[in-house]
Amino acid sequence: MAAPTAFDELWGTSRGRKARPGLESLAAWLADLPPAELDRRQQAAEAAFRSLGVTFAVYGEEESAERIIPFDIIPRVFTAREWSALAEGLEQRVRAINAFLGDIYGPRRILADGAIPPDIVLANSQFCIPCAGARAPHGVFAHICGIDLVRTGADEFWVLEDNARTPSGVSYMLENREAMLRLCPELFEILDVAPVDSYPEMLRETLLSVAPDKAKDPVGVLLTPGHHNSAYYEHSFLADNMGIELVEGRDLVVDDGVVFMRTIDGPVRVDVIYRRIDDAFLDPLVFRPDSLLGVPGLMAAYLAGNVSLVNAPGSGIADDKAIYSYMPEIVRYYTGEEPKLHNVETWRCREPQALKYTLDNLEQLVVKPVDGSGGYGVMVGPAATRAEMETFRAALKAEPHHYIAQPTLALSTVPTFTERGIAPRHVDFRPFVLTGANGVRTVPGGLTRVALREGSLVVNSSQGGGTKDSFILEGGAGGDG
Amino acid sequence: MRLSVHYTTAYHYSEPPRRIIQLLRMVPATFAGQTVLDWRVNVDCDARLRKARDGYGNATHMLYVDRPVESLAISVEGSVLTDDKAGLVQGLPHDLPPPVFLRSTPLTKAGPAVERIAEATVQSAAGTLDRLHALAANLHRDIRFDTEVTSIDTSAEQACAAGHGVCQDFAHIFIAVARRLGIPSRYVSGHLFRRDGRHVQEAGHAWGEAWVDDLGWTAFDPLNGICTDDAYVRVACGLDYRDAAPVAGARSGGGDEELRVEVRVSEAARQAQAQSQS
Repeated sequence: MAAPTAFDELWGTSRGRKARPGLESLAAWLADLPPAELDRRQQAAEAAFRSLGVTFAVYGEEESAERIIPFDIIPRVFTAREWSALAEGLEQRVRAINAFLGDIYGPRRILADGAIPPDIVLANSQFCIPCAGARAPHGVFAHICGIDLVRTGADEFWVLEDNARTPSGVSYMLENREAMLRLCPELFEILDVAPVDSYPEMLRETLLSVAPDKAKDPVGVLLTPGHHNSAYYEHSFLADNMGIELVEGRDLVVDDGVVFMRTIDGPVRVDVIYRRIDDAFLDPLVFRPDSLLGVPGLMAAYLAGNVSLVNAPGSGIADDKAIYSYMPEIVRYYTGEEPKLHNVETWRCREPQALKYTLDNLEQLVVKPVDGSGGYGVMVGPAATRAEMETFRAALKAEPHHYIAQPTLALSTVPTFTERGIAPRHVDFRPFVLTGANGVRTVPGGLTRVALREGSLVVNSSQGGGTKDSFILEGGAGGDG
Repeated sequence: MRLSVHYTTAYHYSEPPRRIIQLLRMVPATFAGQTVLDWRVNVDCDARLRKARDGYGNATHMLYVDRPVESLAISVEGSVLTDDKAGLVQGLPHDLPPPVFLRSTPLTKAGPAVERIAEATVQSAAGTLDRLHALAANLHRDIRFDTEVTSIDTSAEQACAAGHGVCQDFAHIFIAVARRLGIPSRYVSGHLFRRDGRHVQEAGHAWGEAWVDDLGWTAFDPLNGICTDDAYVRVACGLDYRDAAPVAGARSGGGDEELRVEVRVSEAARQAQAQSQS
């Protein structure tokens, strides 16, 4: 199902004849680099990642198996113009997501106004009842959003998913850049690449900006489920780089509505918790009673306004697939503008017309359960067997409200180092959007995932996916990156 | 009726815990048919109590004890004026929209046994209200009250398959069936005045509320097969027992725990009652 006509991030639609404007020097670099040298650097990169122990599941659930994800040294490049349009779209979308969350846990105007069907919010298992009526500090719920995008043409970007819970993968963005600076320093002379190394500081500022107002010299911590978690590397990496403590639930205690961290010098009051554990495990008094990862009383401290949780509990509903299909309406409702970033066309099978279309075109569509994540239970029509398709046909008829369908997109490609030389491979992109008390910011970069198997559209690390550095070119004419 | 409630929850620990934290849902609200005259929550040791409200609108207390204690007793004393509203629950000061109560939970997930009752309920009556009445009556008839077999972790499906349980199990089955029929429904914890003279009870009571278009929330006590009346004091609600239980707690250390609950619900002085009904 490799689309021969897929848009290439370096060559556009020229099939290797002419680099896209602004990327000529990258094409020349690639042409001039002897294959043996490219090979040597690729090996060096792999060795470096192995010795660093950069492991974790990049996307989706944090519980996935731990592995070292292959890194490809040929970067994926966005021009300044492309990036500024993307960044505007991302920031608009994230502003809408935060307004939406503030509304549905507050006055629920969007439901009263009938802009979206009330039941997709209220009857949604992701609607966090303990958060109903709770105002997030400074009005921010989703402080960190990892918006998954794919590209199908020069100006065609599509949002696949809005990860508004605890999106991971940002340490890859930073480690990949480190590796590129070391292995291909000349690239940063011929291309004016925006630096990404300010991300930990931006994240730290974002966290501390949402501290409760009464906190004078706010203390932030990163709450991890522990070293068994597959994203533990990222947790410790970020805590280190932000200069904040990495803690587990047992290191924190709530007394009289205030969170304290146990230290050898005695208890220290905590104002902001960047939590990398799911809502369900945050507080056994309110959520899962069997959770040992969280902190009893944490929700009471949060609801009393004595501690800020990042992302705020309840944010997960914003990336639910049923809600996703209404994002254009949500963006219009809260911003009064047309969405700058588009959703992938989505057929909500709960609607009879959409169900009919889906059943009639099953072999061309991707069918997903509305409450699934991590690619579980997804059928990719063009790759599905007859039997799989019949199973989904039956499931769709039995429980249509449980599914959405989308077209199979021809994801863009990027030249990639393979065993048989450089060849195009499909990619997606996850930028990280930060929202603090003083606004929305996007670090100029992100994580590019690449499907290393020829023709594959599946970029998941569990299915042979790797990563690449993502260069954002700066607007200036100079080349002294 | 004017009901007075004395409710004690006493913990005894084999070793003093270093720290105790509890979330209490022990304070009823005033609404149509229920007027809270006075209500006090007391703790018998050096503890801090902080009032709040949860997402359902239940009044809560957070209880913090930060030094070792051998025992902890929480006592509630209050009096409430009640009217028989035939189960109608109107005028709650804080509430969530009904569709929130359509989702199932681990304790109220339908399985084959719940499905069978759901089907029988649909067969036995038409219309939401009649079905709910039939459901409450059928559970009262078919499920046997037994305090020895189920625990706080027993699900609706387990209790239903076993055919017996306590008020909590009756409420869970009622809710599971109602939700299976697409009717928003929720768990309610509270107290019951026993007209048979058994004023001292070993636990609080629990029942269910279901949403009936045109009527609103309507309370059914499937253990007794009736709609609630002026013998009921409604305290807290939630998706299931875990959201509405009087106490959710955690402690550091403390070895084994012995829990003793005593609830006394009685009718206050005749004279006060006469006044209230005048």
